[in-house]
Amino acid sequence: MNTLNPVVDQFETSIADVDRAEVKVDVKNLDFFYGKTKSLKGVSIPFSRNKVTALIGPSGCGKSTLLRTLNRMYALYPGQRAEGEIMLDGENILSPRTDLARLRARVGMVFQKPTPFPMSVYDNVAFGVRLYENLSKADMDARVEEALTRAALWGEVKDNLKGSGLGLSGGQQQRLCVARGVAVRPEVLLLDEPTSALDPISSAKLEETVTQLKADHTIVIVTHNLGQAARVSDYTGFMYLGELVEFGATDELFTRPATKRTSDYITGRFG
Amino acid sequence: MTVSTTLLLRRRAANASFVVFCGLVTAIALAALAAILWTLLSKGLGGVNLDVFIKATPAPNSHGGLANAILGSIGMCVAAMVMAVVIGMLAGTWLAEYGQRSRYGAVVRFMNDVLLSAPSILVGLFVYELLVHPFHSFSAIAGAVALALLAAPVITRTTEDVLSLQPTALREAGVSLGAPLALIIREILWRSARNGLLTGALLAFARISGETAPLLFTALNNQFFSFNPLKPTANLPVVIFNYALSPYDDWRNLAWAGALLIAATVLVVTIVARIVAQEQRRS
Repeated sequence: MNTLNPVVDQFETSIADVDRAEVKVDVKNLDFFYGKTKSLKGVSIPFSRNKVTALIGPSGCGKSTLLRTLNRMYALYPGQRAEGEIMLDGENILSPRTDLARLRARVGMVFQKPTPFPMSVYDNVAFGVRLYENLSKADMDARVEEALTRAALWGEVKDNLKGSGLGLSGGQQQRLCVARGVAVRPEVLLLDEPTSALDPISSAKLEETVTQLKADHTIVIVTHNLGQAARVSDYTGFMYLGELVEFGATDELFTRPATKRTSDYITGRFG
Repeated sequence: MTVSTTLLLRRRAANASFVVFCGLVTAIALAALAAILWTLLSKGLGGVNLDVFIKATPAPNSHGGLANAILGSIGMCVAAMVMAVVIGMLAGTWLAEYGQRSRYGAVVRFMNDVLLSAPSILVGLFVYELLVHPFHSFSAIAGAVALALLAAPVITRTTEDVLSLQPTALREAGVSLGAPLALIIREILWRSARNGLLTGALLAFARISGETAPLLFTALNNQFFSFNPLKPTANLPVVIFNYALSPYDDWRNLAWAGALLIAATVLVVTIVARIVAQEQRRS
């Protein structure tokens, strides 16, 4: 312990600057409440265009909560509310005037456990597209192929597009969910611990997919796996007890953490 | 670590005796079922012949079948199931997806539970006052409504339960694509829950297919074929009820045959549904 003043350490935060012109989603001073419990406390974090930003931190620190505010998933549940601003291309999505369907067409999401719909592989991918676009059969076929290709699943399912999505392996199901998400062509893609239910090989494949997807999407990934954050992300935010403790370029944060709490977490001293 | 042998032995003995006890209790339940089926088969099988399916119920001491009662039962059960499935599935879906936390939802759920355990004779009397007394005639429609009132709460309950068991993530996955809840329910949740929904409908069918009390006050009976849904209509349970209490041997034989038919139908429908459900799961 070489710290001089542990009392100051407790509250120390470090938020690095990013190129403001490149910010796609800008979270400003966000508070979040589950009923009376405040689980995000004044979080401000930028998510840059065509970059992967990882959110790390111990269980219950608010990283999934933060992710679920970005597409307003929490709006499903009465009693959950967010205060502050989340600017998506300069437009506050927390405003009551936001059209949720349109927002969710722009901000896609992949969940912790694979959630294939009980329908064919093809229909799984086409499901979201059909909500927004009236495509001809040929165009839809092309869109499905494109989405599956980008999710690195095309080769494995191209001969069985009519087969049930539930018949795929866990890793394939998760990539199917990625394909379903990207088929809508969202600008932002939210990944909530997408590999926590997968084996190491499937995880590696998914990480590779994520790296490729950032060419077209702004990606936010919540992960418990620090190695994964280091591998796939350009920026990392470390959260603790509902606060953003540190945010910066991933290389910086993992090699020269600016705060003691971050340093303790990434070296395995707590969490 | 030292393992206490006495403790281990005692646990093993407890385990063994409990397993034996469970097996015994299961055997008792199965024995009762077997006894019922055996009685049904031995007394009913002799009465089942072609005439049962093509001839109407006979006068005492004359020859006949159960065709009018079979037809009436099928007609009323199908009509009742159509009504009950529509009402029950929509009500159950509303309870699970829209009204689950609301006060109104709690009231509806409670009333449904009350209806679920309402004595069927009461339902019969209610429909009698509603659809028989005002129109001065027993009718197949009244019978179907009474049966629907018994089946709907079962379907409502199972629909709500089955939908509540669907993973939240599935619902959220639909929401995350921007799909409206109605579409998520139709395209994702109902599909995902179809085995359970089918089981619920079958439970309801099984419940109403042998109901006698509600039909006594509604459809009553008819010795002849009736194709007018506004007139009294023959049905298996009431015919069984009447014939089983009669002093005539051929009537009593027909009653056994009818009972066997109902039991066999429920069995076949259940088996078919299981197979269908399994195939759907595989595809």
